[in-house]
Amino acid sequence: MPFQLEFLWTDILIYLLLASTLAFTFYTLRHEHLRVPWRQVARRPMAMASLVVLAVYVVVGLMDSVHYRPLLEIRNQAERVYSNEVLSLLDKLTTTLRTRVEKTYSAPFAVQAYSKETVEYPDGRHAREYPRLTYGGAHLRNPQDRATDIARRTGFAALTGIGLWLVSVAGFLWWWRGSAESWNGAARRLWRGESQIPWRAIWVTIGVVIVLAANAASLSPLYHIFGTDQVGQDVFYKSLKSIRTGLVIGTLTTLVMLPFAAVFGIMAGYFRGWVDDVIQYTYTTLSSIPGVLLIAAAILSLQVYVGNHPESFHSATERADIRLLFLCLILGVTSWTSLCRLLRGETLKLREVDYIQAARALGSSHVSVMARHVLPNVMHIILITVVLDFSGLVLAEAVLSYVGVGVDPTMDSWGNMINSARLEMAREPVVWWSLASAFVFMFGLVLAANLFSDAVRDAFDPRLRK
Amino acid sequence: MIAYIIRRLLYAIPILIGVNLLTFALFFFVNSPDDMARVHLGGKRVTPEAIEKWKQDRGYDKPLLYNPAGAGAGKLTDTIFYRHSLRLFVLEFGRSDNGRNIGYDIRQRMWPSLAIALPIFIVGILAHITFAMLLAFFRGSYLDTAGVVLCVVMMSVSTLFYVIGGQYLVSMLLRLVPVSGYDVGVDAVKFLALPVLVGVVSGIGASTRLYRTLFLEEIGKDYVRTARAKGLSELRVLFRHVLKNAMIPILTGVVVVIPLLFTGSLIMESFFGIPGLGSYTIDAINSQDFAIVRAMVFLGSVLYILGLILTDITYTLVDPRVRLS
Repeated sequence: MPFQLEFLWTDILIYLLLASTLAFTFYTLRHEHLRVPWRQVARRPMAMASLVVLAVYVVVGLMDSVHYRPLLEIRNQAERVYSNEVLSLLDKLTTTLRTRVEKTYSAPFAVQAYSKETVEYPDGRHAREYPRLTYGGAHLRNPQDRATDIARRTGFAALTGIGLWLVSVAGFLWWWRGSAESWNGAARRLWRGESQIPWRAIWVTIGVVIVLAANAASLSPLYHIFGTDQVGQDVFYKSLKSIRTGLVIGTLTTLVMLPFAAVFGIMAGYFRGWVDDVIQYTYTTLSSIPGVLLIAAAILSLQVYVGNHPESFHSATERADIRLLFLCLILGVTSWTSLCRLLRGETLKLREVDYIQAARALGSSHVSVMARHVLPNVMHIILITVVLDFSGLVLAEAVLSYVGVGVDPTMDSWGNMINSARLEMAREPVVWWSLASAFVFMFGLVLAANLFSDAVRDAFDPRLRK
Repeated sequence: MIAYIIRRLLYAIPILIGVNLLTFALFFFVNSPDDMARVHLGGKRVTPEAIEKWKQDRGYDKPLLYNPAGAGAGKLTDTIFYRHSLRLFVLEFGRSDNGRNIGYDIRQRMWPSLAIALPIFIVGILAHITFAMLLAFFRGSYLDTAGVVLCVVMMSVSTLFYVIGGQYLVSMLLRLVPVSGYDVGVDAVKFLALPVLVGVVSGIGASTRLYRTLFLEEIGKDYVRTARAKGLSELRVLFRHVLKNAMIPILTGVVVVIPLLFTGSLIMESFFGIPGLGSYTIDAINSQDFAIVRAMVFLGSVLYILGLILTDITYTLVDPRVRLS
């Protein structure tokens, strides 16, 4: 094999999360009563448009979660030597972005460097001027052609994107149209938004995404569309890599804390007595420590551990990954308490309900009552918390990285990009593109997550149901 | 009432003991003092003597929990746990890893923290309630919809962007106020104006939306219909009846943070160069000063628990139905 698969800890957890999400989806699809609230979510145009955006982020994040080490050479026919560098599928797809490193900063779409350099001409003259970039716009013979070149390529990419979109819409119509319905009728129905599921909103969003992606695909190999950072790395590539970090923090944290919150919350409410006292004491203690400080304390301890045990980590990627996982764990510890409290309160109410009393009277064990009767009835609370927490966690990552207790400084994350932007904003002329890029990518994800979670909450919260 | 407060304060003791044990475990069991010394002295080529000296200077050379060499009560008191953790209960914070008196630093830095956190808190609440009232007044109209959309959009922007954007726009482009710094007395105003503005604006999205939901929940209730039936004007209904009743859930979220205002805001203070407890904590984190972080964790917990007690007391003041017992 020309490569060796590498499973980082967070990768494994992501696969686990993906598997459980798929299992949950299949389970939901087969049970009518679970499908009802989801159908309500599916009727909200805003929610479905957000879902499309979220799906794009998730696909990028998943591609960045398949890691491997490329083969360097084969020694003595049998022994294979693999690179120390861990790459992902996304890295492979964006090789042009990753390897085209400039010397230092350059503005978006620039063909010349950000700072002046002394250039020596063949005839021996020296001059201070902005040198051409090694890669950005290198295909242009004359820098003045840049505007026309970009316009031409944008137009071409947009047309390709629209063409692709039209083909997919046609494919969709073929599947969607009733057997007796004409193509025109189906298209009109789609255009007017006359459908239970807001297909119009979904397809408009997909169209926008396709056109943007086509533009990025056609322009980014030739220019640095979001500029380059201090060491000349493409900012667009860094933003793409940051997606995984954001998603991991937002989802794995929840995955980590969910079992604790569910088991302890339900146990506290169900058994009451000393079990309740112990669990309540535990979460009150944990929640009374200010979150940032607890995280800081824990990350500091981890830093000391990593610093004293360098032999346990083979590569920088692995070290950064452990830190990311640990951050998820500690964020989980600080955030499980509120869910636990909610679940305890709900279980306290549920345990007095007739069907639970009946289950007990019929001889069901405590474990089976909790798992089969209580848990499904508090599922909506868990679900609402999970989706509502997501955007908060993505935002928290940025703040924590800024404070210095977030992800590893070598890891691509929006927090680290913002952190470095602080100094860049003070430069003259202002280096604004790192910040802008982090803003755009982060805002897209968080806004989509917020809009989607609103719809989920409205659909699942019994208090809001009419 | 007083009996209740005393009981609540007594309940706080086991929780604080828990916090204390937890931080102790985190700082001394996960990493031994030797590890800390090595990190501080830097590198692998640290001599055992240097480590011993580092520990001795800071009093970390004692056993963790039990000292068999001590005499009498010294078996328990001549330990790291007693000297570095239990002392926190009487707010004796000891010395930081680079030798400064933490208690003195905290007392000094508390006031700049308060100077920025208190205005943000007060102006913030007033502004957010006003905006929420406005949206509730125009509920169902385009203004309301636009307002809610704006709230969601503003919620989706990280605080860091507000800070960096505000600094760039107001300080660097318009040159209205200095970028960062702090001064005592009247001069402080020009340094505090921007942080307060940024603090209030960054909170608008989430708070306004939450308060609007709370107001709308109250507006649907019977007593509001009665008030309208009596012929009260909409404004009177909103301010005299709805606001008063919606205050109860608002207070839950708000009163808790009052004591924590002392510890300041990590981000604001470090961005705007205000010498408060927030930047103190960040500096301690960056220089890996465990003693300061430990002290701040404990102080934060004490203040948080105080906030919870305050919340319960406020409940009785605003809601006559709640009787503390």
